[in-house]
Amino acid sequence: MILQFFLRRLLFAIPMMFGISLVLFLLYNIVQVDPLVMIVGERAMDNPEIVAAAVQKWGLDRPVWEQYLTYAGNMLHGDFGSSFLTKRPVLEDLQLFLPATLELALSSLVFAIAIGIPLGVIAGVRAGGLIDRAAWGLSLLNASLPPFWTGLIFLTIFYYFLGIAPGPGRLDPRMAFPPRVTGLVTLDAAFAGDWAAFANALHHLMLPTLILGGFTLALVLRVVRASMIEEMRREYVRTARSKGLPPRAVVVHALRNTLIPLVTLLGLAFAGLLSGAVMTETVFDWPGLGTYLVRAAANLDYPAIQGGTLLIALIYIVTNLIVDFLYGVLDPRVRLA
Amino acid sequence: MSAASSVGAIRREAPLSRRILKHLRKYPSLWIGLTILVAFLLMTLFADVIAPTDPLAQNLRDRLDAPSAAHPFGADELGRDIYSRVVHGARISLPASFVVVIISVVVGVLLGAVAGFFGGALDAAIMRTADVTLAFPSVVLALAISAFLGPGLTNAIIAASVVLWPEYARLMRSQILVVRAQEYVVAARALGAREASILFRHVLPNAWTPLIVKAALDVGGIILLVSALSFLGLGVQPPTPEWGAMIALGRTKFFQWWLATFPGLAILLVILACNLISEGLRNWLDPHY
Repeated sequence: MILQFFLRRLLFAIPMMFGISLVLFLLYNIVQVDPLVMIVGERAMDNPEIVAAAVQKWGLDRPVWEQYLTYAGNMLHGDFGSSFLTKRPVLEDLQLFLPATLELALSSLVFAIAIGIPLGVIAGVRAGGLIDRAAWGLSLLNASLPPFWTGLIFLTIFYYFLGIAPGPGRLDPRMAFPPRVTGLVTLDAAFAGDWAAFANALHHLMLPTLILGGFTLALVLRVVRASMIEEMRREYVRTARSKGLPPRAVVVHALRNTLIPLVTLLGLAFAGLLSGAVMTETVFDWPGLGTYLVRAAANLDYPAIQGGTLLIALIYIVTNLIVDFLYGVLDPRVRLA
Repeated sequence: MSAASSVGAIRREAPLSRRILKHLRKYPSLWIGLTILVAFLLMTLFADVIAPTDPLAQNLRDRLDAPSAAHPFGADELGRDIYSRVVHGARISLPASFVVVIISVVVGVLLGAVAGFFGGALDAAIMRTADVTLAFPSVVLALAISAFLGPGLTNAIIAASVVLWPEYARLMRSQILVVRAQEYVVAARALGAREASILFRHVLPNAWTPLIVKAALDVGGIILLVSALSFLGLGVQPPTPEWGAMIALGRTKFFQWWLATFPGLAILLVILACNLISEGLRNWLDPHY
């Protein structure tokens, strides 16, 4: 039953990916630039061998629909072409840049959940109270702050003027990076037993996490608060109360049911984190996908833009798939829908 | 409560101005948000009067001057008055955002309504296109599109519209599905009304509320998106006084904090206003909330 549910969801994802590759292919073809220049780069255009190889590999001498099939086939093999800027295959670049984004996104998610759930519970149980109103103001402000600007302001205040936060980057310039295992500097440092680097990496994560996690925090807070208010009105809560259960235990009862809508939210939150990463990473010189994409875009590095965008869309789809699946596991009613 | 309001329906209505005032007092966030937004709209209309100097006028003797009486928000690298540039920046961000939201609402509503009302292959084609577009995080897709189209305000507007319309299509479609099952639609059809006239005269007017609430929110969201593109070097290009592009000029200048601070505050205020308006509208228009 669960397997069937999961397979059905998986089947939905396949046309999605097809559509996504089509969108990226269309972008390639809409622009008024010779696709050949896009693939081999302007400087290599004088070299007939490279040009002939590219024409052959990407099927540029054949009709458009065949080009799309070649293009999709190349992508299925993980071949996104080579970046003009780094001269490396885009896939290699992505492997290099993805972990920094993952580290930032995960720490933001942990931050948002750790603060958002307790705050949301208090705001929901005491709706209209002081904490509830403060939380409302905070999430309104958070939803209105442009993250790239807040990042700059935080760096100005906490790094430049107060000196209590480190500057941009993942580690202090003099610090040696721990040997790369996962690519997440905090984890790698812990594996290597390099606790100085671990602490330094955590410190560097602080400001970007605050900025990027702030948006997710507001989201988590709002959902937990709303479903907490709803759950606290239910009969099982009244029963628990009337049989004399201490208020804390009653809240835990209600909280367990609140967590289900929260799971769906996390898929949405992840999209926000990836969008936010594009806007925050540049400010913090964070060598993640956002930085990679922005640099590719500024330099018209088309293969890199395509590969990066495709990877982010893939991450997004897979996350949603997992969330869907978790939701089905947690709430059996969903499987029937 | 419900008894009191049904009595109110019989009572003679108060004059419009009084009713508006009462509304404003009941929904303070709507009022505060509208005040801020109207202030910014006035700024776009009278930018030339409000701004003391030409936003493009360079005065190298004043370069990187801190905020002072002569330059209330300081001066940038080329000695341009940041206050004047922030005022003129409203002329770019606000109209651009309105244009994007209007395009997206028109396209999204039409396609979403058609999809929801007629169903079938048309529905599938429209909604799958929307799904694919929504499969990208919005900033990422907008970034990729404007990278391919090239920098500039027009291309940023196109990119933002491509990203935004599917949200309206999806919203409209779900609204239509709810409304078309209502009895008055069934009744209209039983009376022999044509499908198109049912759609425009009976279904659409009853599906507006969440759309308006969302549109108000999105005006702020698009201002953020366009300024983010400009900040990243893909949207509006220098020397045009666009807020995001102005913040980019202050990126590496921590000491000259005024370069980034003031244009950012303008973005913050406009988005805040839109969020407040949207929330106020929702409380006002949607009695269930």
